[in-house]
Amino acid sequence: MENNKLKLYLGVDIGSISTKAVVIDQQNKIHAQSYIWTEGDPIGAVKRLLDIIKEQLKDKNYSIVSVGTTGSARELIGSILNATIVKNEITAHAIGTLTFHPEVRTIFEIGGQDSKIIIIQGGMVIDYAMNTLCAAGTGSFLSSQAKRLNIPVEEFGEYSLRADSPTKIAGRCTVFAESDLVHKAQMGHSKENIIAGLCNAIVNNYLNNVGKGKNIESLIVFQGGVSKNVGVVKSFKEIIGHDIVVDELGHLMGAIGIAIIAREQGIEKLFNFSVRDTDFKTVGFECGSCPNNCEIICVVEDGKFLDGWGNRCNIGIEKARKKWS
Amino acid sequence: MEKNNNIKKISFPHMGNYFYALKPLALLLADEVIMPPPITKKTIELGTKHSPESACIPFKYNLGNFIEALDLGANILVQSGGGCRFGYYGEVQENILKNLGYKFEFLKFVNDFSIIKISKYIKLNNPELSYFKIFKTILFSYLRVRLIDKIEAYLRMNIGFEVKNGDFERNLKLFLNELDKSKNILDLSKLKKKYLEILKNIPTKKPQNPIRVGIVGELYVLMEPFSNFNIEKELGRRGIEVHRFCSVSSILHDIFTFDSHTKSFLKHAAPYLKYHIGAHGTESVGLANKLRKQGFDGIIHVKPFGCMPEVNAMSALHRMAKEHNFPILYFSFDSQTSETGIKTRIEAFYDMLMMKKKRDTMQI
Repeated sequence: MENNKLKLYLGVDIGSISTKAVVIDQQNKIHAQSYIWTEGDPIGAVKRLLDIIKEQLKDKNYSIVSVGTTGSARELIGSILNATIVKNEITAHAIGTLTFHPEVRTIFEIGGQDSKIIIIQGGMVIDYAMNTLCAAGTGSFLSSQAKRLNIPVEEFGEYSLRADSPTKIAGRCTVFAESDLVHKAQMGHSKENIIAGLCNAIVNNYLNNVGKGKNIESLIVFQGGVSKNVGVVKSFKEIIGHDIVVDELGHLMGAIGIAIIAREQGIEKLFNFSVRDTDFKTVGFECGSCPNNCEIICVVEDGKFLDGWGNRCNIGIEKARKKWS
Repeated sequence: MEKNNNIKKISFPHMGNYFYALKPLALLLADEVIMPPPITKKTIELGTKHSPESACIPFKYNLGNFIEALDLGANILVQSGGGCRFGYYGEVQENILKNLGYKFEFLKFVNDFSIIKISKYIKLNNPELSYFKIFKTILFSYLRVRLIDKIEAYLRMNIGFEVKNGDFERNLKLFLNELDKSKNILDLSKLKKKYLEILKNIPTKKPQNPIRVGIVGELYVLMEPFSNFNIEKELGRRGIEVHRFCSVSSILHDIFTFDSHTKSFLKHAAPYLKYHIGAHGTESVGLANKLRKQGFDGIIHVKPFGCMPEVNAMSALHRMAKEHNFPILYFSFDSQTSETGIKTRIEAFYDMLMMKKKRDTMQI
């Protein structure tokens, strides 16, 4: 080949709490990776992310040929990065995990705002579930309780390992769990036991809520931010009675998955890092053409309309187009 | 006292497009029919504001419709239903609206759909009508319902594959317009012929063996697209053939034939159900099991948040899904459900079915 540039694929996973990106090659080797907080500003986070990625790749002769986005801000970031594919996080996680653990049967994923379970058979997703209406038993609940007990959330797990008899805490609902926790603390239960109880409560909540009626079989891979908490991992092992694999790449699996999907799809569109210097603005307005009053969110690139969401019919988008034409 | 009050203006809540079908029947009871504005965010905001918090979402939509209709000048409202706690909703809604200061007459048809009773009721309210005219109008309305269901069923199964975006929906609107103007049974049969012909001629690119999904659950969120975030359209747009059994025709059919559907669904629901579980719960299980045996790719189960009959059904569905590795996606709708969450879940469901299908065809 005349230009022996390395072909690379970028996958970006923009979650509610954290934003992840990886750059992989044909052999699934990771050339660059990054994990930062979203801080409520997905566009800013992605720009920072691209800086980090570019820095990590600076010694290489490469070209990024496809980009995939996943996670809750996938559509917004997808149109900004001009992604070749935009896919939901369930598919991305499944594909990513299957690449590294071909024999996986169950994927537990507990993130900041949501939790899911993916059941795999014969290398294929056959069933999945996501938490429905409430955020009980997710990462944000853990971190708010850590704050209440004045313990850094990173040390949470260690405390739980030192517990001798975990306190019983109601796991059905965050509000009940919290009042239980306060009562038990005032009764004199040790922090260690309370934290162990909390980890058990999260696991029970997850299994009763998301994992209800699912065939949980090993190999089980546990991912998402909460998987870094050794206390929760221990509770899972005790309650299910199976061993659980926690992948050190677990937090990046969605990004890896979407990068693989982008590669397998075969559409190539050269990506450069110029996005970092472009000015993107998101503007929201209410359509007002009918009582629905759709809230329309538009991305404006250097004063020009790029994309919009949130409308139930075409009228709103046309309005937006005219506004920034 | 006011002159205006002498004109009887009747209104009843929306559900899908059935308002058009029941209009002639309502006209027997009043001088004018007021159609509530199409359901929008404003409807549900009004409904939620004045409803008990724990009432299920159909209650709130209905109440919103009533308020919007009353504001347009309606002075007779109709509510029907039954089967679950919906049967009591009319009483509560009447009280709420009266407390809000509206003056109106409230007609309730609850758990009581025998033609004779309905006819007697209409006669009582409008003694000048002959029974012949009443029966004729009931039949006419019934046939309108049947026609809407027939057209919509065809739409549901094909809209995902249309070549030019919007063809089907545009024709549905034309159809409803003409239906609204139809005067007698002969008109209906002409309409049926005309529009089935038109719809069949709309170019589609349907694969030989598309993904087929059955949609089951509570009847209101099944039939009112606004309340289920246009789930059927969303599925169709992804190229899924959507099948739905439950419709007003099916409900009426059950009423006229002594629950023949419900009875047969209990048989289909074996071994997961032995007894009826109320309202449409039995149908959800029976139909899901039947479609599974027919080789459908998956089921989507929808319900309003807190719907008891459907919660009952879910336990049986969970067991069925587990035993047969059959994909079922569950949705619970309430006023604040996020649309993005629904889209994500549908997309993942579609990906999953697609991958499964690919593997299955490769094995053959």
